[in-house]
Amino acid sequence: MVQNIIDVRNLSKSFDISSKEPGLKGTIKHFFKRQTKSLKVIKDISFEIKDGEIVGFLGANGAGKTTILKMLCGLIYPSDGSILVSGYSPFRRKEKFLKQITLIMGQKQQLIWDLPPIESFYLNASIYDVDKFEAKRRIKKLSEMLEIDDELFIPVRKLSLGQRMKSELLAALIHEPNILFLDEPTLGLDINAQRNLRKFLKKYNKETNATICLTSHYMKDITSLCKRVICVQEGSISYDGELDLLLKKLSPVKEILIVCRSEEDAIKLENSGFTVKNKIKNEITIKIENNSITSSLKTILNSFDIEDLFINEPPIDEIIGRILIKKDYDI
Amino acid sequence: MISNLINSKLFTLLKVQYSNMLEYRVEIALWAISGIIPFFMLNIWTNNNLNESINISDVMLSRYFLCAFFVRQFSVVWVVFSFEEDSLMGKVSPYLIQPLNPFFRYFAQHLAEQITRFPFALIIAFFFFIFNPESIWIPNLGILFLSIVSTFLSFLIQFLIQSIVACLCFWTERASSIERLLFIPTLFLSGLLAPVVSFPTYIKSWIYLTPFPYLIDFPANLLSGNETNISGGLTMQILWIFLLFPLFKKIWSEGTKKYTAMGS
Repeated sequence: MVQNIIDVRNLSKSFDISSKEPGLKGTIKHFFKRQTKSLKVIKDISFEIKDGEIVGFLGANGAGKTTILKMLCGLIYPSDGSILVSGYSPFRRKEKFLKQITLIMGQKQQLIWDLPPIESFYLNASIYDVDKFEAKRRIKKLSEMLEIDDELFIPVRKLSLGQRMKSELLAALIHEPNILFLDEPTLGLDINAQRNLRKFLKKYNKETNATICLTSHYMKDITSLCKRVICVQEGSISYDGELDLLLKKLSPVKEILIVCRSEEDAIKLENSGFTVKNKIKNEITIKIENNSITSSLKTILNSFDIEDLFINEPPIDEIIGRILIKKDYDI
Repeated sequence: MISNLINSKLFTLLKVQYSNMLEYRVEIALWAISGIIPFFMLNIWTNNNLNESINISDVMLSRYFLCAFFVRQFSVVWVVFSFEEDSLMGKVSPYLIQPLNPFFRYFAQHLAEQITRFPFALIIAFFFFIFNPESIWIPNLGILFLSIVSTFLSFLIQFLIQSIVACLCFWTERASSIERLLFIPTLFLSGLLAPVVSFPTYIKSWIYLTPFPYLIDFPANLLSGNETNISGGLTMQILWIFLLFPLFKKIWSEGTKKYTAMGS
């Protein structure tokens, strides 16, 4: 049985936020008397993640995804509740715990700007007590997987964003962590670089059985990597389960464009009881519920003279976008 | 574990930071030149015969200010500014989840910068002796060793003071403004502008209770061969380190609980 590697119970986090009224009067008032209020950004959430799972955290900007990741890796202190990651309380930042995890934040870098990435790799290896020969082997292996060889010896400041991100990833993985926290890892990368990074993460997960917690606004990252997603809305979890199930729930019908051989057939089909979206001459678009697609298509193909048909999946960005925009969306 | 840290982590950090500092060699040369305040002060003192009032000869005074220059070169600290910037830009976050306190990085940066500064400081000293040949002297090896130790302890005191102030970044984003408050007593009471011996007796007794005279005055007097209480000075330096280190650890531990990882 696969064990839970992350166990979160009734986790909450509040921040003190100061507010200032606009204008000179507001500035003077703010100077003498700061008005602060406590804002609860994470509200009593609980979830578990199994060893080797890849879980995507979905939510609008400010929903609390990054705050959850920061608490999971021990960067910030929770206000309430408990977190256990690989049996450790993350905020205690025990050496054994820190050696098991890594955090990658898109656009935030830990590489030394004026030196080639190879220097940062050996430095990180030393910090994580990886000996020089082993570090050399890992750098070779990871640079092959990430397809960066020549770039290792070029100062970071001269590298492109994609090359830098790959180097960041290599620096963050030199100690072979078994839990990866990735916050918008493909942010700002072009389509090819995004695809390569996803390919790499998939391979890394397959080869090492590492657990990956990922936030991304690029739906392709989520759909190609995560079987399971956790939707965060205003600091609470609104959905925790399989991505496919979520998509089925959010989009229970499919649109099917049917091209009939004659307009007469199209008229017959229009009047046969299916929900019709539109009809143009011999082309008719109908809506069919996901659970009756096979039987409905069988009936249509047997009863009408069909030239061609197309099943249109609604774009995933659009479906997920609905839960991000509508705050009270009932999943 | 500590020996492992020194042998491996700190040494690697030092090597990498030294490579990094060499990228900024021109900047470091300029910083070294910018540290020549003691030479201006020497000029003011000797031109106005101020040294007669404290019974120090011209030669001993010029040696004192040269040594003050050297001690300053190898004890200058800027960790509060680096940490503040890194903290505001979110760069501290990846360091915080590594099994090494981020202050070791800054510590190595400072040491690497000192190594890079060394040749420039020697060149400046060379020119100083050309213009002041009567000031040339060779300290005996024992005194030289103790002066190096004392300068390093001075660096440690300043590094700890600034690290404590830097940790205030966890509560206020602009901790460097608090450091400015410390700059004034450091400038006047450390011996950078005038040897502490030149202060009135009743003030001196108070000054020696603070860490400031042990930052420049004590190591500079030691190296230049002026009369000084060696064991007393070294004891006070060590005492201040023992006082400041637990304070730093406590503030660090409390501060990281307040960390909000802004900018990341």
